[in-house]
Amino acid sequence: MFDPISLSGKMNRRDLCKIAVGSTLSFALPGFDLKAAEKRGPERRKSVIILWMGGGPSQLETWDPHPGTEIGGPGKAIKTAMSGLQISDMYPLLAEQLESMSVIRSMVSKEGDHERGTKYFKTGYRPEPTTVYPALGAIITHQAPNSKLEIPQHISLGNTEFPARGGYLGGHLDAFRVRDPGKNIGNMRARVEPPRQNRRLENLNIVSQAFQKGRVIQTQKTLHQSTIDRALTMMSSEQLNALEIDKEPESVRKAYGDSPFGRGCLVARRLVEQGVHSIEVNLRGWDSHANNYTGHQTQAAMLDPGFSSLLKDLKSRDLLDSTIVLCIGEFGRTPKINPLDGRDHWPTGFSCIVGGGGIKGNVIIGETDPTGKEKKPAEPVQIQDLYATILQKLNIDHTKELISPIGRPLALSDGNPIKKLI
Amino acid sequence: MKPNILKWKAVCLPLCVVGLVISLVTWASSSPINNSPKAPMTTEGSAFENTVKQVDQLFEDQWSENDISASEFSDDLNQLRRLSLALHGTVPSLEEIREFERMEGNDRLERWTQKLLADRRFADYFSERLARAFVGTDQGQFIIFRRDRFKAWLSEQIEANTPYDELARTLISGEGLWTGDPETNYITAASADGNLDRNKLTGNTVRAFLGQRIDCAQCHDHPFDHWKQSDFEGLTAFYGQVEVELFGVRQNEDLKYEVEDRETLEKRVVSPEVPFLGECLPQEGTLREKLAAWVTHPQNRRFERASANRIWGLLFGVPYINPVDDLPAPTNLSESSPDVLDILGKDFRENGYDIKRMIQIIVASKPFRLSSQSENSEPEQVERLTDSWAAFPLVRLRPEQIIGSMLQASSLKTIDQNSNLFMRGRRFFSEINFLNEYGDLGSDELNDFPGTIPQALLRMNGEFAQDNSTASLLNSVGRIAGLDISDEKRIETCFLVCLTRIPTSSEKDYFLKQYQATQNQNERVKVTEDLFWSLYNSPEFSWNH
Repeated sequence: MFDPISLSGKMNRRDLCKIAVGSTLSFALPGFDLKAAEKRGPERRKSVIILWMGGGPSQLETWDPHPGTEIGGPGKAIKTAMSGLQISDMYPLLAEQLESMSVIRSMVSKEGDHERGTKYFKTGYRPEPTTVYPALGAIITHQAPNSKLEIPQHISLGNTEFPARGGYLGGHLDAFRVRDPGKNIGNMRARVEPPRQNRRLENLNIVSQAFQKGRVIQTQKTLHQSTIDRALTMMSSEQLNALEIDKEPESVRKAYGDSPFGRGCLVARRLVEQGVHSIEVNLRGWDSHANNYTGHQTQAAMLDPGFSSLLKDLKSRDLLDSTIVLCIGEFGRTPKINPLDGRDHWPTGFSCIVGGGGIKGNVIIGETDPTGKEKKPAEPVQIQDLYATILQKLNIDHTKELISPIGRPLALSDGNPIKKLI
Repeated sequence: MKPNILKWKAVCLPLCVVGLVISLVTWASSSPINNSPKAPMTTEGSAFENTVKQVDQLFEDQWSENDISASEFSDDLNQLRRLSLALHGTVPSLEEIREFERMEGNDRLERWTQKLLADRRFADYFSERLARAFVGTDQGQFIIFRRDRFKAWLSEQIEANTPYDELARTLISGEGLWTGDPETNYITAASADGNLDRNKLTGNTVRAFLGQRIDCAQCHDHPFDHWKQSDFEGLTAFYGQVEVELFGVRQNEDLKYEVEDRETLEKRVVSPEVPFLGECLPQEGTLREKLAAWVTHPQNRRFERASANRIWGLLFGVPYINPVDDLPAPTNLSESSPDVLDILGKDFRENGYDIKRMIQIIVASKPFRLSSQSENSEPEQVERLTDSWAAFPLVRLRPEQIIGSMLQASSLKTIDQNSNLFMRGRRFFSEINFLNEYGDLGSDELNDFPGTIPQALLRMNGEFAQDNSTASLLNSVGRIAGLDISDEKRIETCFLVCLTRIPTSSEKDYFLKQYQATQNQNERVKVTEDLFWSLYNSPEFSWNH
């Protein structure tokens, strides 16, 4: 009988399901290479974690404070472990962890709208109607897939309106979304006990056969079965444990903070250890058109413990040399405080933190005008430059061109690596 | 006396409350429209049949020229499924299947198509499809862009069968407020960050109505087509006098359209100019009215060809020429013979740009009626067959069709505007959640992408899938499991509800054995539940075939 669906050569789908349901071991694909997973330090294959600050955080209440000025607001600045760097005093925990990171205070964008700004900053290309550009994480997965993984290679943790997408590279490179990380792994578990699940899968086989009749080639091309097989493999994979945090000591969970973002940071660390190379952790709620200062305090209460614990853990586990961490949003906020005590959208001269994975630390790039009158920052940096830098550190040639579906050659990033960070 | 009154009150009050609740519930669940339209008689004249014949002849000639033997005709039930998926975005309900089975006559599919087109579900489903083509799927700026109003307006136009050229003209030249004159959302959708992006409007207009992608000519000449940057600028200048103000979209005749030269960085004024068919540009009207008249001018064949290609795409799931908005320039019909878009386009133009008519022509023609099965098992042969429309293509259902089908299959009765509020509400919310998780295809929905793992997980383990494969008083699994019918009939009903076909004899035997092995009713219910789950997850369920 023709069996169109074998993942691993000889084993057919039914065998696969039988074993899959009864066992918790993964078998269909070779397990994750322990040696690679255990490698620490700079030899380890590199991962990228993007902490996505949806809504656009204020540079003045984060990494570029101007205390005591007209635009500075009520906030103060504190010293950090990086010499010469002061950040907002809302981040005391993070301040201690920044010695090997770098700060860019001169990000510039041309998009002042959330949707367009997010698409631009997640992909490195300004949005346009005829091409959906892939996010950085999708590009990394596309260029350097990890065949040892049974769980998704590109993961988005926490809720977001505009998750990282595969764009013209295909829907299979869309970030796999875990909306409530550490609490709920979504649809990863079967709804019925193994014997019934087994019967369901056997049924499925029977019904699929009838459909294949006269459509052998066509049904093969749909990849329907192989997609189901991969989903089943994932459901029974031990690697799924990386998404669970209940075995982490309570003190660790506490340090990261019991918020979706804090749990997301902890899960992100576990995913890096498992060999996932593209991860996004989302923290929404930065769009402070009113009450900017108190709004940012609420946000900082989640960002400070999560971000700082992540850096601390990566360092203590010797993983920071192989993990690039980037904390960024779609734009910054106006120096001028509006009548509602808020700050509005500001796509010129805003800040991000980047470091790890071989990116040069202790660097401060750019400067903004403390009076807020001069829009343009010193040493402006575009997002595509930052992505070109990151891709270079991952040993991916950012100038490499892919052909979009409409036949247009597109570089992975059309920016230039930032010399100061290399 | 007093205690008596109190007693009365004590008795009456609860009764009144119960009565009120009952009447409210009855009202809420009653149908706002009394009767679903009955299948009408076919009334098409010979011009209609002529066009269908021409389309069929064209394909037959092509097939025999290339030595291709087309697939057999598909059976009526499968046609029914295709029609419901294309026009309503769901599989047909058991109720509809039974009604169709009772119909007689050779033209019952044609009559059924007319019934589907007269149903409000058609207008609603098509308004979403067309809205994507007109304004994309970006959320846009809520204050000045109201997608909900736009869709509702579009749905009314489709319901009223407004000529498509008129629809296009209204969109391009509309004035007023985005809430009161919802067609103006076509303009405001191009607003970002307080500025109206006129280049985006031009790109959209040319893609949606002329089926050409000239967006790249915004910055440079088109690399292989004949579009020049100056063509793009000249077209954009027609949008040069439109303004989005607090009180709505309006023309401001004082505005001049200026562009910054990319090399000299100097501003220069561009005057409105069309790249071809200048004679079709009227003298009168505002700039946008002139543009609208030019785009939809009967001599501008790009308009009718682009429309035909889009409708074809919405019916088959893949456009006749892919991508849907990048068509080659029309050929000179005095030198070469017409292609299918020319034939459909001519009929469209000569018959009042009637969308419903074009749909009826396409679904009556051979390519739509052929089976997706073939004897061939050579990959290249199969590819030749599908490339030449000699077999129906296998097309993945879009997310709204999947959710629509799962919902419909969870009920034996038709879910439409006649359904009760609960069902309609469930449909509304399930659709939003499901789309969110399943991943929306966005406006490039006519491109074929393989399914993803999160989608497979959602179908297998999602909450909605779980609800629909757990027997209850309200859903079809529970109803079918509880019916006092033979197990053979039970299996058949499950297949009809989910896959719109009867099971093969080996399938029937296989599931009969499962029922025979059961000890009690509880186990039998589980057999039905598992059968349902398998049908939902089968490739046949999530592909159009």
